[in-house]
Amino acid sequence: MSEVEDPTPAKAAAGQHDEPMTAAAARKAELALPPDIAADSVSGYLRTSVARIKGGESGVLPVVGGLILISILFQSMNSNFLTAGNLVNLLVQAAVFSLLALAEIFVLLLGEIDLSVGYVAAVSAAIMGTLLGPDHGWAWPLAVAVALLACLGIGMLQGTIITRIGLPSFVVTLAGLLFWEGVLLKILGSGGTVPINSQPINDIASRNLSPAVGWILMLVLVGIYGGMLWMRESKRRKAGLVAPPPRITLLKIACALAAGVALVLLCNTNRGVLVPIKGVPWVVLLVLGVLAIWTFMLGRTKLGRYIYAIGGNAEAARRAGIDVPGVRTIAFMLCSLTAGVAGIVYASRLQSISTNVDGGTLVLYAVAAAVIGGTSLFGGHGKAMHGVLGGIVIAAIDNGMGLVGFTAASQYMVTALVLLAAVVIDALARRGRVAT
Amino acid sequence: MSTETETQPLLRLDHVSKNFGPVQALSDVNLELRAGEVTALIGDNGAGKSVTIKTISGIHGPDSGQIYWEGRPVRIRTPREASALGIETVFQDLALCNNLDIVQNLFLGRERTNHGLTLDEEAMEKSAAETLASLAVTTVRSIRQPVASLSGGQRQSVAIAKAVLWNTKLVIMDEPTAALGVAQTAMVLGLVRRLADRGHAVMLISHNMNDVFEVADRIAVLFLGRVVAVRLAADMDRQIAVDLMTTGQSARLSTNGHAAKEPDRT
Repeated sequence: MSEVEDPTPAKAAAGQHDEPMTAAAARKAELALPPDIAADSVSGYLRTSVARIKGGESGVLPVVGGLILISILFQSMNSNFLTAGNLVNLLVQAAVFSLLALAEIFVLLLGEIDLSVGYVAAVSAAIMGTLLGPDHGWAWPLAVAVALLACLGIGMLQGTIITRIGLPSFVVTLAGLLFWEGVLLKILGSGGTVPINSQPINDIASRNLSPAVGWILMLVLVGIYGGMLWMRESKRRKAGLVAPPPRITLLKIACALAAGVALVLLCNTNRGVLVPIKGVPWVVLLVLGVLAIWTFMLGRTKLGRYIYAIGGNAEAARRAGIDVPGVRTIAFMLCSLTAGVAGIVYASRLQSISTNVDGGTLVLYAVAAAVIGGTSLFGGHGKAMHGVLGGIVIAAIDNGMGLVGFTAASQYMVTALVLLAAVVIDALARRGRVAT
Repeated sequence: MSTETETQPLLRLDHVSKNFGPVQALSDVNLELRAGEVTALIGDNGAGKSVTIKTISGIHGPDSGQIYWEGRPVRIRTPREASALGIETVFQDLALCNNLDIVQNLFLGRERTNHGLTLDEEAMEKSAAETLASLAVTTVRSIRQPVASLSGGQRQSVAIAKAVLWNTKLVIMDEPTAALGVAQTAMVLGLVRRLADRGHAVMLISHNMNDVFEVADRIAVLFLGRVVAVRLAADMDRQIAVDLMTTGQSARLSTNGHAAKEPDRT
């Protein structure tokens, strides 16, 4: 029996082994935890958040920091930058970028890209404008519905080609960029411009809530958000599940309230020169609504979970029985649909749609906004919120440089550098992320 | 361990053969896997280990021969059909999404929902915590941490837990300790043992004789596509195993299968 090992003691020992970790590895693992889990106090929460930023899981803080930096920079060059009038104007400008970035996030999460969103948005606006025009005279809800359905169709077509034939999304949507520009020219015909005369559509970008309604709506929305957050987290705490301590929940609600108060205060300041103009623009509500719906979809539904899973490891998703081509096609459809909404906002701002739309620049701004906001180009990491914040950054750069009087040439170059910086940060963060 | 149970095998391969063109990958393989046992499948590179597990997990169908599951003849044509029977395979690449947390990975593709609309995170998290606790996977700090932050051994444990969460009867593991350090290997082998003790049948593919002899109840040796020996681990030693793997026979062992007693053991 000399060479035959008795396995029993070894087996018993194996069960008792816990994995030893070096101090460095333990610290690293700790930093990878979401602060919601790791922290048991407010200071711990902040400490873990800071540690995570250093460790490459930056979240939205860099974009907020960047926004503050940009504000200081432009304010020092032109004291009009931080006036209520300019900031609200900036929010309205940001709406199109934010919506396009929200669109792009769906495909970026998959590790894909959609270069056609700019002209898809324009086609959506052109369809709506034509249907609203004197030749057709449709009611605005119907025209909007048809425009958005067309966008869904465009997304389905591009998504199907990409997933079923297995072509790179870069090439297919590059073809889309050219093709939909052609379609735009075709729809707008010889005139090249379709004015929008529908009051409700033009109201989106130009009308404001009355100051009182703004306050009430803000309090109601923050109340709903806070109530839902508090109920969910206290339910999890009671069930003994992973949940942050109550103080952190309260801190989050307080932050949301502070942001809401700041927004309404800003928008309710009179920004008119001849006649008083005040109130929260409708378009801000629209962007918040789209943000809420897509945040819910990505965070709380199977479809959202599958989009993240495919972006993280498509093969694992396939083996888990997920219909990978189907989900990818749906993501391209949602992307085009959101681009369609952006197109309607675009037309509402200009009160017309013309062949002058630069869809190529718009798509680059959209990708830049998403990446600046914190969405990874490599798939699997990102949130709807990132698109909105990134859109505001892009609009701030655009607006600030216009205000200071940069030439178009330097505007392009500065925006390109900001995009490059965001991509570099993304790549470095990816390297910093614990063992990918 | 009382391994010599004379119950019906959970899975039986009966004269299974598989060709890839002119290459005979498996020829006339007979193999039985029993519930509550760890069966190690060992063999040199190219001996047919991978083809065997792919045949069982529904990736390749056999060219001839029959597979019996709980005594009934079955055909396993796709991984889905294997899952439906209760066969789950943990491949070397683990198939985990690094950007998702442990709970999300465990339930990937089979999420629980509130009336089909929203994800029922509470139910999934509870049941994931129970499964991990029952497997004594205790080293993870939180089941809400992303898989990217786990060590290799912890990832392997999550992949194994994912395989047994679904009423699984047979778990097949391909080189589960290949990339792990000493302590992590011990952790994973402990987990493999607990699976068998809970009544699962476990099939373990490994190159590492230490692992095999530490955890296996029964050892099957493949040589050039044939099963040359199936014996209780207690009736074998490293030398015999290595002889069988490299030459197909051992001077110290009659090669006609598990009916024979080891000649030099007295």
